[in-house]
Parts: sequence; structure tokens; C-alpha cells
Amino acid sequence: MADVRLDKVSKSYGAAEVLKDIDLSIADGEFVVFVGPSGCGKSTLLRIIAGLEDLSGGDLLIGGRRVNDASPKERGIAMVFQSYALYPHRTVRGNMEFGLKLSRMSRAEIDARVMRAARMLQIEPLLERRPSQLSGGQRQRVAIGRAIVREPAVFLFDEPLSNLDAALRVDTRREIADLHRQLKTTMIYVTHDQVEAMTLADKIVVLHDGHVQQMGSPLDLYNAPANVFVAGFIGSPRMNLIAAEAGAERIETGVLGSLPLPEGGVPAGPLTLGIRPENLVLGAAGGAEAQVVLIEHLGDEILVELKLADGQQAVAKIAPGLSLTVGETVTVAPGDGPVHLFDAAGRRIAGPAAKS
Amino acid sequence: MTRLPRPTHGLILLLIIALAVASAFPLVWMVLSSFKTPEESMQTPPVWIPGSLNLSAYGAVSEVIQAGRSLWNSAVIATVTTTGILVTSLMAGFAFAKYRFRGRNALFAVMIATMFLPPIVTLIPLYRMVSAMGFSASLVGVILPNLANAFGIFLMRQFIAGVPDDLIDAARVDGASELRVVFSVVAPAIVPAIAALALFAFVYHWNTYLWPLTVLQGASEDYPIVLSLGRLLSYNRGAMNTPLVMAGATMAVLPPLVLFVFLQRFFVDSMVSAAVKG
Repeated sequence: MADVRLDKVSKSYGAAEVLKDIDLSIADGEFVVFVGPSGCGKSTLLRIIAGLEDLSGGDLLIGGRRVNDASPKERGIAMVFQSYALYPHRTVRGNMEFGLKLSRMSRAEIDARVMRAARMLQIEPLLERRPSQLSGGQRQRVAIGRAIVREPAVFLFDEPLSNLDAALRVDTRREIADLHRQLKTTMIYVTHDQVEAMTLADKIVVLHDGHVQQMGSPLDLYNAPANVFVAGFIGSPRMNLIAAEAGAERIETGVLGSLPLPEGGVPAGPLTLGIRPENLVLGAAGGAEAQVVLIEHLGDEILVELKLADGQQAVAKIAPGLSLTVGETVTVAPGDGPVHLFDAAGRRIAGPAAKS
Repeated sequence: MTRLPRPTHGLILLLIIALAVASAFPLVWMVLSSFKTPEESMQTPPVWIPGSLNLSAYGAVSEVIQAGRSLWNSAVIATVTTTGILVTSLMAGFAFAKYRFRGRNALFAVMIATMFLPPIVTLIPLYRMVSAMGFSASLVGVILPNLANAFGIFLMRQFIAGVPDDLIDAARVDGASELRVVFSVVAPAIVPAIAALALFAFVYHWNTYLWPLTVLQGASEDYPIVLSLGRLLSYNRGAMNTPLVMAGATMAVLPPLVLFVFLQRFFVDSMVSAAVKG
């Protein structure tokens, strides 16, 4: 068990700066998810914590100890890889034992730990098989088992579900959540999938361009995105971001009508309005006109892609029942839910404005 | 697997059989001749099958040369050299394949370039170096310069490049040292390539003639079997005793042949498993 602290951590490859002054503090037992688009530096950050990459600047502390120059094994971490990375010539048991044998643990202790982990992951019948004889889901369990037996202070997961099919991904996601509840160990998890991030995390760290864009609980990020990037990244389908202009009394969008200024007001000038798809109302009287471009029936809800008056695209998520056809013109207006405002630089302006 | 049309299939089969017969013929002739009497071996038209299983040539070999000692020397040279090549090739190949360091490509290019030097060019300089170190006329001198070779490093680098980085990182996280990574994780993943290199190296250094001849300087008690065979040829002062030479040659061929049969299953195994895994 250990907390992890990153203090102005940076990483460059030659002239290319991949991570810039990352400050981060992860509490003991916390489940933290690094999320971001590919190339944002999230995997590099995880590999730095693992000790597989050197950091170019700053400090890394695990359990209060500075481990900048410590080898992976000295850091008390275990890692699960996207590709599973099981040793192909060893049995499942051999894979799980490898690290323990290297640390010269007694035979009895090794056997006890392997059995305990195998039971927890329900892979006891597979112990004598080789990785090539296992399915993708089973391999992933073995990879997790190999991490568990080491009883690390921190678990690192690098996109562990990416190679699994959709159904298995949901099951395994739940198992990882269960695992965290049972072990109560600090876990750091990297993914590009915001659904995984939302469902697993105590705390989400959104990375983009080598910077931390925002960190906080899943609902904090969903309800109060710090900037346009986070607003667009968290939530599916993504938030509609519409250009608007703050006037003296109201915010004019041109394409969705006007909205009242939030309490405290906003500086006059251009801004970006963020409205989640579920907060767009179709067919309401007094709404702006928009053309239906695409209709996706999901059963319990309908996603309607709209082309607004000035050509901007927007997506509305509505309840089934409304009959629409592609090409038809409908009225669209913001609902009663929260509306997000971002200034010209893309930063959040405090307090969601509610419609009135 | 795609099935070839029958006539093509048959034609290819015929060709393979012809090639097999052509390459096996000298070997079979050698073994058969080793059992002949000197008279049988001289007759025209040639006698194919010896009249009786005459083992006297094998006995005679040991009267002319120290066959056991020579075979042992060959085994020492080939085994130690092969082991050395495997170890150095794996380590250097790993470094070239997986480490990023300044000058890596230049160093690799220089090393590859040495593969294009005919061995004869380096023979004298190499001998002078070995001799200056005080290893001439000894097995150490025969073995030492061959413990690393460019082809082995090249081959291992190519195969190790195909080993996933995650696998190596997983071993590091598990607490493996770099040496442990090379020998416990990387090596088992490329067993077929290692078996191939081992076979090439063993056969090459079992059969090598010029280098031991140069280094050993007539110290015949250290001669490997191929050098000793030469003494069988010159025995009898020109009147060649064919069964004697063939018996010696058969003894010289046997160990690499056995090794091949043993190592062969690694190639076959690996091809089958690759096909199944897809």
C-alpha cells in the first residue's frame, strides 16, 4: 500500500516534450484513471511510474520515497499490459511464479500466493496450461494474477481491456472494480475509453498534449468540465460545443436562440456554449430551426444528428416516440439541464447557466 | 495449405527425390566403402555392396591416428565455440535489437561489414594476435577468436527484434535483471533461431580445417578429427587405403549428423506450432 506523488514530472525525447510539469498526487488505495486521446502521454506517464522510462525532470515518490532512479522491482509495483505479455514458454503457474522466484521467496510461500490468486481469479483449472492454449479473457486474468501474486503497493494497468471483445470488456471491467474493492491497493489505470474511466475511477486525470487538463471525480468532470477539451472528451455522445457571443444582457448563439447570462455575468465577447446531447429538446415551440442529418435508433433512446442554421453540427439524445425522417426540419432548443460556458481560450466560466 | 494440381505435385516430388538421392549418394558410398576390403574398394566395375560387414578398417583407423583423442578435440572445439557464439550473439543481438544508444546503427554496419571479409584475409593477422597472446599450438588458440561472430549477432538481432517489448518490460517489472531477461525470457521465445544458429556453428567449427591447421602448428595430439583424416590419406605413402579413409570419414561425420537429427525436431516443432497458432 502506498501513495504516489508526481512533482513537476516532465519527459522529452530529444526536442519533443511529451510530458510537461505534471503535478499529481494519488492517495493510498485510490483508483486513478489516466485518460486521453492517443499520443497524449498517458502511457508514457504510466511507464515512468513503473520505472520503464526515465523522467527528464521532476520527482516521483512512491510511499513517500523518491524513486526517480530505482529499478522497477525496487518500486513495489506490478503492471498489467495491453498485450498481456505472458511468457509464452511458461505455464500459467510458471508465469505467476516467475517474479516470486526471482525474489527468492520460499517454495511454500510461492505456492500459497499462486493458489490464493488463482482462486480469486478462478483460473485454478488453467494453472498447468500454456498461454497459447488460453482465450483472450483467460490470458488477461493470468496477467492480472501475475500482478496480484507480487502483492504490490501499486497496481499499474496499461489499457488492459483494449484487446478484448465488447462483452468480455464489460465483464473484466467489473472484475477489476471488484478486485480493487477486495485488495484496496492503489491502482493506476490508463485507457483511451472514457466509459472505462467513468465507471472505474475514484479520480480521473484527463491528459492532452502532455498536460493535465483536469483531475477530479468522474461526476465532477462530467458536471463541470474545466475546459473545452474535457467537455468534448468526457461523455458519449460528446457534448455539443457551439460558438456564441456574450452581450450585455443575454448570450446570443444565433443558432439556438439566446440564453440569460449566468449569475455574476460574463465578460462580453466570444465564448463557447456546451450543451450535452440529452439537454437538447426537439420540436419545442420557439426553438431554432435545424435539419435532421442522421437518426440512430438505440432502442431506449434515439441519437439525432442535426445541421444547425449556420452549418454547425449538433447531436441530440431524445426519448423514443418522436417520429423523424432524415432531411426534415425540426426546431431545437436547450432543455432545462445545465449549460456550460467557456471563454475564448476554452476555459470554463464558473457556474452553469440555466435556461429561463 | 493450397493443393497443387496433381501433375505439378508429382513433378516436384520427383525433383525432390532426385535431389535427395544426389546429396545422399556420397554419404552412402562413404559408409558402404568403409566396410569393404581394400580389394573390393579397388575393383572396376565398382562393387556396391561389400561382401561382408568387414569392420577391420575401423580398427585400423585407431592404429594410424588417435581417433578418440581427435574426436574429443573436435567435440571440445565445436561445443565450446558454439556455446560461446550463442551466448555472445544473444547478448549483442539483444543490445542491437532493443537498446537505443548513440552509434548503434554505425556499429551494427561495421559489424555486418566484417561478414564480407573472406576468412583467408584475416587468417595471418589473427594468427599473429593469437600467437602474441601465447595461445599458438593450443586448443585455446583455436577456440578464442571464434567465440563471437557477426553472422550470429546479426541473426539473433533479427529474431529478437520480433520479440514484443511488452514481454521484456513485463520481465523487468517482475524483477528480472537484463541478463535474466535475455536468457530466461527472450531466448526461450526464439528457440528455433537459436537451434538453427547452434547447428550451423557446430557443423562449421566441427569441419573447419584451415584455422586449426594454422594455429596448432603440427601439435597433432590437439588435432581435431578433420585434420587427423589428412594423415589417413597420406598413410601408405600414396597408395590410398580407401576403406581406412572412409571409416575415418564416417566417424568424423557421425557426431554432427546425430546433432542434426536431435535439433531437427525444434525446426519442425516450431513450424507446426506457428501454423496452429496462426
